[in-house]
Amino acid sequence: MREVTVLVGGKAGDGINSAGAMVAQLLNHLGYSVYVSFDYPSLIRGGHNFAVIRGSDGAESPGACRENVDFILALDQATVEKHKGSLNPASAIIFTAGPVKSAGMGVPVSEILAEEHAPEIMGNSALIGGFAKAGGIEWEVVEQVFRTHIPKGTDLNLKVAKRAYDLLTPALKISPLSRPARPLLTGNEAVGLGLVRGGLDAYVSYPMTPSSSLLHFMAEQKDRFGITVVHPENEIAVMLMALGFAAAGKRTAVGTSGGGFCLMTEGLSLAGMAEIPVVILMSQRTGPSTGLPTYTGQADLRFVLHAGQGEFPRLIVAPGNTTEAVCWSARAMELAWRYQVPAFILVDKTLSEGTYSTDISEPANPPPAEIIPADKNQPYRRYADTPSGISPPETYGSAGSVIKVNSYAHDESGITTEEAPLVKQMAEKRMRKGQALASGLANYSLVSVSGTADASTALLCWGSTHGVCTEVAAIHGLRVVRPIVLSPFPAGPVKEALAGVTRLIAVEENSSAQLAGIAQGYGIEVQDTILRYDGRPFTPEDLSRQVREVLS
Amino acid sequence: MTGRNLITGAQNTWCPGCGNFTIQHALKNILAGMEKEGKSLDNVVLVAGIGCHAKIADYLNINSFYSLHGRTIPAATGIKLANPDLTVICCCGDGDCYAEGLDHLIFAAKRNIDITVIVHDNRVYGLTTGQYTPTSPLGFKGKSTPLGTPEYPINPLELMLASGATYIARGYTRKMQQLESLIAGGIAHRGFSIIDVLQICATFFPVTDYYSPRVYDLENHDRSDFSAACTRMREWDYSGDAKIALGAFYERRFPTFDERMAKTPLPPGEREDRILDLLRTRT
Repeated sequence: MREVTVLVGGKAGDGINSAGAMVAQLLNHLGYSVYVSFDYPSLIRGGHNFAVIRGSDGAESPGACRENVDFILALDQATVEKHKGSLNPASAIIFTAGPVKSAGMGVPVSEILAEEHAPEIMGNSALIGGFAKAGGIEWEVVEQVFRTHIPKGTDLNLKVAKRAYDLLTPALKISPLSRPARPLLTGNEAVGLGLVRGGLDAYVSYPMTPSSSLLHFMAEQKDRFGITVVHPENEIAVMLMALGFAAAGKRTAVGTSGGGFCLMTEGLSLAGMAEIPVVILMSQRTGPSTGLPTYTGQADLRFVLHAGQGEFPRLIVAPGNTTEAVCWSARAMELAWRYQVPAFILVDKTLSEGTYSTDISEPANPPPAEIIPADKNQPYRRYADTPSGISPPETYGSAGSVIKVNSYAHDESGITTEEAPLVKQMAEKRMRKGQALASGLANYSLVSVSGTADASTALLCWGSTHGVCTEVAAIHGLRVVRPIVLSPFPAGPVKEALAGVTRLIAVEENSSAQLAGIAQGYGIEVQDTILRYDGRPFTPEDLSRQVREVLS
Repeated sequence: MTGRNLITGAQNTWCPGCGNFTIQHALKNILAGMEKEGKSLDNVVLVAGIGCHAKIADYLNINSFYSLHGRTIPAATGIKLANPDLTVICCCGDGDCYAEGLDHLIFAAKRNIDITVIVHDNRVYGLTTGQYTPTSPLGFKGKSTPLGTPEYPINPLELMLASGATYIARGYTRKMQQLESLIAGGIAHRGFSIIDVLQICATFFPVTDYYSPRVYDLENHDRSDFSAACTRMREWDYSGDAKIALGAFYERRFPTFDERMAKTPLPPGEREDRILDLLRTRT
């Protein structure tokens, strides 16, 4: 088999995430393109957690999990009971013998640990060893993955794994593919690496699922990358602190989810008026309000597009997987600083916390900003009006410049004004930056087209549904058109990508088809919508079923 | 830039008799003194909130960040962390930082970030034309409380002491020389300093006749003594008839947030290698 799905389930605190990561690395080292989704309720201990690891032989990470699974690794009884309905006829259940009662392959975990004098924490290694044998994976691959990814107690873990490996028998053969292993990154890690590539100096964030793992990643890696990481008192402080960093010359990003972003909007509007660049990771979860903290959604596009009082240009990029997240996070940083505008990286739980095989071979960074330096013979004017609307930037501490940053309507030097002609002039200056940004974006490929390129029926989607839409399009012979940049909206490139399409179906994880509404505003007709808003991502089976219904 | 005119050409719109003039004048003298000592004003940043006080950002000809109502301190914290060589001064109002932005004030004190906060405490909202603030006395009749506010004021000095501020002072706009030295002391102090300035609002709360007979200078006071500072801070509760002490109540040296957050920058061009190192651990 060249397409495999493994489910690892247990209680919160059982180490499901790390067991899932090991299974993912086994598939990675067999040459598969991997996607891992982690499903967990909002609690610390107990409950039912499961990771679904999928390997496919496609060129890129599938980005979605199938409903049916080939292997179940059950650390508790609930995993067997809840998921036995999703087994394929040939599927194998590998379980902890004793605490879990099931048909299938029991691994005597406590006996193995006792005989090897291994601590309880190594129990998952036994199940992983058992799984490797059940999947017909060569022991050398298991050993290589353990040596790379379990740096502590490697030999003992391997002994434990080998005991289970020797006990079990192959059930389904996961065929090795002749491809090298690739980095496996979560969406948030990919955003982090992209920001670092884009020149990040400081990351400021208040924890909120599903953005928190970027805060954790940055805090853990801050010395590696030479960045400052701050966790302030709330999201209002996050945004204002970031603007302070930026005004003093540091490239800064913030991260949050919808509720936290509500608190950031006054600061966002300040960024617009005061022309202070900032990059905002906005990772959507199911709303409104507290909603479903640990589940996904795409219902904040309109919010991010319109957040903040008044009018000012903003960049919104919505990467579809980790490869795009690395690339577009770096670009978002560069573009925010070049055009002195806020830039959003709009993702969701599926991408933020999902793990993907990632291609980082192309840095694809834009060239550094061509900054027109301030004329040192003239008094510095922070908001000097220019044809592009972009004022020569100077930051606090710059010799000989008085830098006046202002949230009020202001003149070119940054002094408050209420004079009507000046207010109009400066509003137009700011809006011209939006036009400059739109022109600057023309250097990039802003719309992804996948599936059957000449099909007359297309799926219109954005963000993390890239994988599932592409997979379903292949089944039905459809085209997939996905704008990666959502503001300034690339109406021209979207229309080009839709040339020859007579039927357009919007696929979104919200209840009001937000992208479809925006597209319609640019004269792009959407004939049908397929919407999901129960907090769960589309599965290929579910989407395929709904596409079939729409097309029938 | 040296020898600059410290006042911009912006038209001043404070009311005649406004205490803000005194604070501006004190700051101007301090800035001139800094320049005289050879310190470049290019490394000074003034952060202001929103309210009458904040117009000082337009009037003083130095780097400024004219922020949002209640949001001086987080912006100032970011500026200081970004470049610890900068001298960061926050001018904020009582509504500004005791109401809208109280959380930031407490956290700045808790962190001991090396910034100086000057609270233009006129105990009334001026720019919104006369409502009670967190430090208005009990019974204050404002536009939102025509029968008198039913709330006791907070005592900001006591709050700051409890929160970990390492320089806490109170000044009065009718005593400019003392005010100037208290602000200068706050700027010189390494750590979080706050100067609560009893500022006359000529239009909405002109209480010179209340303050002037009651104020006195702190003398024979050990500003390193926490308990003594607390006792002196509690003499007047911002509402009653007690004497009002002026001066520096508390000061101590303690590691600052910017010192604790100091980082080592990477050699240029090193980042891509570090990224590749990390990716190897994920493969």
